[in-house]
Amino acid sequence: MTSESRTLPADHYLKSGWDLKSWLLTTDHKRIGLMYLVSITLMFAIGSIYAGIVRWNLLVPNGSQMSAEAYNKAFTGHGVVMVFFFLIPSIPATLGNFLIPLMIGAKDLAFPRINLLSWYIYVIGAALTMYALLTGGLETGWTFYTPYSTVFAESNVAVAAVGIFIAGFSSILTGLNFIVTIHKMRAPGLTWFRLPLFVWAHYATAIIQILGTPVVAITILLVALERLFHFGFFDPNRGGDPILFQHLFWFYSHPAVYIMILPSMGVISEIVTCFSRKRIFGYSFIAMSSLAIAVIGFLVWAHHMFVTGLSVYSAMVFSALTYLVAVPSAIKTFNWTATLFRGSVQWDTPMIYVFCFIGLFLIGGLTGLFLGNLGTDVHLTDTYFVVAHFHYIMVGGAIMGYLGGLHFWWPKITGRKYVESWGKVSSLLVFVGFNLTFFPQFVLGYLGMPRRYWSYPEEFQILNVLSTAGATILGFGYLFPFSYLTHSVFRGEPAGDNPWGAKGLEWTTQSPPKTHNFDAVPVVDEEPYDYASPPKETVRV
Amino acid sequence: MNPAFPLVPVRASSVASEVDALFLFILTVTGIAAVGIWIALLYFAIRYRRRSDDERPAEIEGSLVLELTWTIIPFLLMIAMFVWGAKVFFHLNRPPDDAMTVSVVGKRWMWKLQHPTGQREVNQLHVPVGRAVKLVITSEDTIHSFYVPAFRIKKDAVPGRYNLAWFQATRTGTYHLFCAEYCGTEHSRMTGSIVVMEPEEYQVWLAGGPAPESPVLQGEKLFTDLNCITCHRMDDAGRGPVLRGVFGRSVKLASGEEITADAAYVRESILIPTAKVVAGYQPVMPTYQGQVNEEQILALIAYIESLRIPASAAAPARTPTSGAPSR
Amino acid sequence: MSELAAHAGEAHHEALQHHFTSLEQQRAASSLGMWVFIAQEVLFFGGLFATYTVYRHAYPEAFSAGSHHLSWKIGFFNTLVLIGSSLTMALGVYSAAIGKKNRVVGFILATILLGSVFLGVKYFEYGEKIRPCLGDGPHTGCLVPGARFDAASLHVKGADLGHVQIYFSLYFAMTGLHALHMIIGVPILLTIAYFAWRGRYGPEYHTPVEIVGLYWHFVDIVWIFLFPLLYLIGAH
Repeated sequence: MTSESRTLPADHYLKSGWDLKSWLLTTDHKRIGLMYLVSITLMFAIGSIYAGIVRWNLLVPNGSQMSAEAYNKAFTGHGVVMVFFFLIPSIPATLGNFLIPLMIGAKDLAFPRINLLSWYIYVIGAALTMYALLTGGLETGWTFYTPYSTVFAESNVAVAAVGIFIAGFSSILTGLNFIVTIHKMRAPGLTWFRLPLFVWAHYATAIIQILGTPVVAITILLVALERLFHFGFFDPNRGGDPILFQHLFWFYSHPAVYIMILPSMGVISEIVTCFSRKRIFGYSFIAMSSLAIAVIGFLVWAHHMFVTGLSVYSAMVFSALTYLVAVPSAIKTFNWTATLFRGSVQWDTPMIYVFCFIGLFLIGGLTGLFLGNLGTDVHLTDTYFVVAHFHYIMVGGAIMGYLGGLHFWWPKITGRKYVESWGKVSSLLVFVGFNLTFFPQFVLGYLGMPRRYWSYPEEFQILNVLSTAGATILGFGYLFPFSYLTHSVFRGEPAGDNPWGAKGLEWTTQSPPKTHNFDAVPVVDEEPYDYASPPKETVRV
Repeated sequence: MNPAFPLVPVRASSVASEVDALFLFILTVTGIAAVGIWIALLYFAIRYRRRSDDERPAEIEGSLVLELTWTIIPFLLMIAMFVWGAKVFFHLNRPPDDAMTVSVVGKRWMWKLQHPTGQREVNQLHVPVGRAVKLVITSEDTIHSFYVPAFRIKKDAVPGRYNLAWFQATRTGTYHLFCAEYCGTEHSRMTGSIVVMEPEEYQVWLAGGPAPESPVLQGEKLFTDLNCITCHRMDDAGRGPVLRGVFGRSVKLASGEEITADAAYVRESILIPTAKVVAGYQPVMPTYQGQVNEEQILALIAYIESLRIPASAAAPARTPTSGAPSR
Repeated sequence: MSELAAHAGEAHHEALQHHFTSLEQQRAASSLGMWVFIAQEVLFFGGLFATYTVYRHAYPEAFSAGSHHLSWKIGFFNTLVLIGSSLTMALGVYSAAIGKKNRVVGFILATILLGSVFLGVKYFEYGEKIRPCLGDGPHTGCLVPGARFDAASLHVKGADLGHVQIYFSLYFAMTGLHALHMIIGVPILLTIAYFAWRGRYGPEYHTPVEIVGLYWHFVDIVWIFLFPLLYLIGAH
């Protein structure tokens, strides 16, 4: 582990141009990753503002803080922005883009220009959707259920639908790039079962992006067509079936949640092994679990529809498969925990986020068992129990992993260290704020408070106030990493090539890496996470 | 349980305890698993905390035995949860035969209900305790969802179809009714209450107010007023099939297919008569789209369903004259 | 892997992009990329095919009535045209592989020509159905779903006219999406033809021709499914 170099390298990817053109016309996967980082951070901020509005309204039971229309637009805006413009791209477009070529010893992704195109498509989609949200707004919920969205909504449904449709292609192109890259551009000696688990996770994610996103794309297109031209696919007055929309929508949107969580799980695998300084427990089981989640995840969509009037028998099939898809996630959780056994556990910020992830993902994933269960789901569906469940996974799981990954690879990306104590303080703030926000919502859900309620019965107020208090703390918590990470870019201590002593090809380059990543094509001759032997030195030519 | 800070809504239906017990089972299993892993995580994290920079931990790669154990045991537990859940779901979806039928029509932003005896209510439903109630649910516009937390039941009100739900109230009181599927601006105010009364009080309530017309009688009147009777005569001489005894039976269509003449079929035939024509008949029935609303359709269905009864025992007035039957 | 050694001579091929270690790797990546893209397209059209399946199963007679109104002869002609364009495309790829530059250009232009014939016929077919809907007047024969849809013009007895709109919605959506893919394909083909004319492709490198060929064949295959599903329902 190099601990001596205290200056940044003379030549690295950030130095190959400072003007706008060098960024907007770049094909360097690292720069594209950073452009995505800036864009999705902006979208996260917008989504958080919407969340703030929602929680502000819910402080009082009678909806006196704002009109129902404003509230309905706020929760829709929160969902649309967070799902399509933050969670889906987050880790793949930022960390995935930056790291996958480095991790496999390649100079770039297979299709660098398509990578840049995917960013432009994302920006255009985001701009169009924000335009729709800010002029007139959208109040259908992010789920666009018909016939409300096609016949009754009085908002910018068609424009928002087109914006999301466009953004979907960004996701598809990213997935396409990853699949081809991982298949065709691995360094000599890097067989499939020597790949980092981060790469396995993104491979599985890419499969879902390729096969799932087009279905929601066509579905949203049909909604826009129906809205504009009254075609009648989903309008019962024209012979259409509103439930067909739900089938088509959830066929993507359920696998989509695995797009949101699998990359984060990949991050956790990388951090837990490095900060236990020990080979990850059950490598092939974790790798195969990622694939299993991707495949089985396509078979469970109707568990969102148990009370729509599905036949009891088809509901049973979906419930059974939902239980099946839980098993690989359980396998991963056990393996991560077992990795710590007799390890050498370092309590740095990335590892703290791992602890947070495992602890909170447990709650999120296990509460999924209540919702996949036919008997309890009837009572719980469409209540705050569901809201709490998916926030535990998305925020308690996915975002914790994202933050952990940002901290872990920050020295590699920027060449600088952040201040460790700030990292620990923020993670604590985020953890506390998060639990205070969302745990009361499990109770609210079982008590019967439905989702998307602008006003609610008085007896639910205490829990809602607690939740809003938590959201305030959580909001502040997120401001901290934003501040100190940004600050470290300008003032942080140079980190050196491998400040964590980690295994993995990305740590055998300088920090920040050169534009073409490696001076010589690396040759891989050891098993992954072989912490018994010391990390490799950077090869300098 | 502290009533000032409840964790569970009141249990007011025959299935509520079952649902709560199932919930508790899943909670126990998942709770033990979660606590176990948290303890392991914290213990390992502390016990194996890095003490010096040059620690080199043991090389442990995995254990097939462990992997199989922690795959198979959770899988078996999940099968148990699934089976119990499926059992409860069956129960939630199979109304008893002696249930009284209440029709529910959701509309932005209110619930319109009608008793079998004809009383109409808006946003409220009075029912006797201890009597099974079957809900026939539909919507006039968007998808809504009929949710009574105290009964642990919920079913979507979908336009263009009928969904069934049922409950049997086990204690008197007033319970929240919520709309649980976002339907626009006033979604959160599309609420109401279920009022469960003692059987005698229910009778009093039924008798109060002007004498209502049962849906069956309304349907019979509509059947005549809309001229259905000219083609669907009671003898076999009409241009349309005889409807006596048809409801619930299997019907052969002109296309060769065989379907069950259920509520959905009757509704479709009223609105889109040429969709599923009975074998041996011409597709000449005009559509009544725009001429009847959802409640009138439900009345017509109630009337046609009542034609199951043999002519001798006809009199479709179904007002219960005695107290609610015991279970 | 001794790719570096084996392909050392190709390191200077002008088409080799800097992040690939060899032309072979680049070709394999481009090819896999196009296959993955096609997989995605299958799912894209798949959503429409699924919708079609659900509604045809629900309203078989309405679908039959709508289908009878289409001219199967025109559809068949178009099918032959498109299959022909796939043939010329395949010949173009082959010509590139054997280094016959002029034939490549010729075959690709033929492909474009046949594709344009297809699109022209479609324009005519659409026009027949859409023109009556425009302007004021009785809109007789209008077959665009919506307020002006003229179900009575379908002249078929005993069918579920109310649901024929769904058939026509699917007709326009599916053939429209297909036509869009062809319209996008034409400038791409023109670009490839131009580069072929400039001598960029030869036996050792003609990957763009190959992968555009793949795309064009896929578009053809989609039509081969669309034709019977839309034009031949209930045909004897």
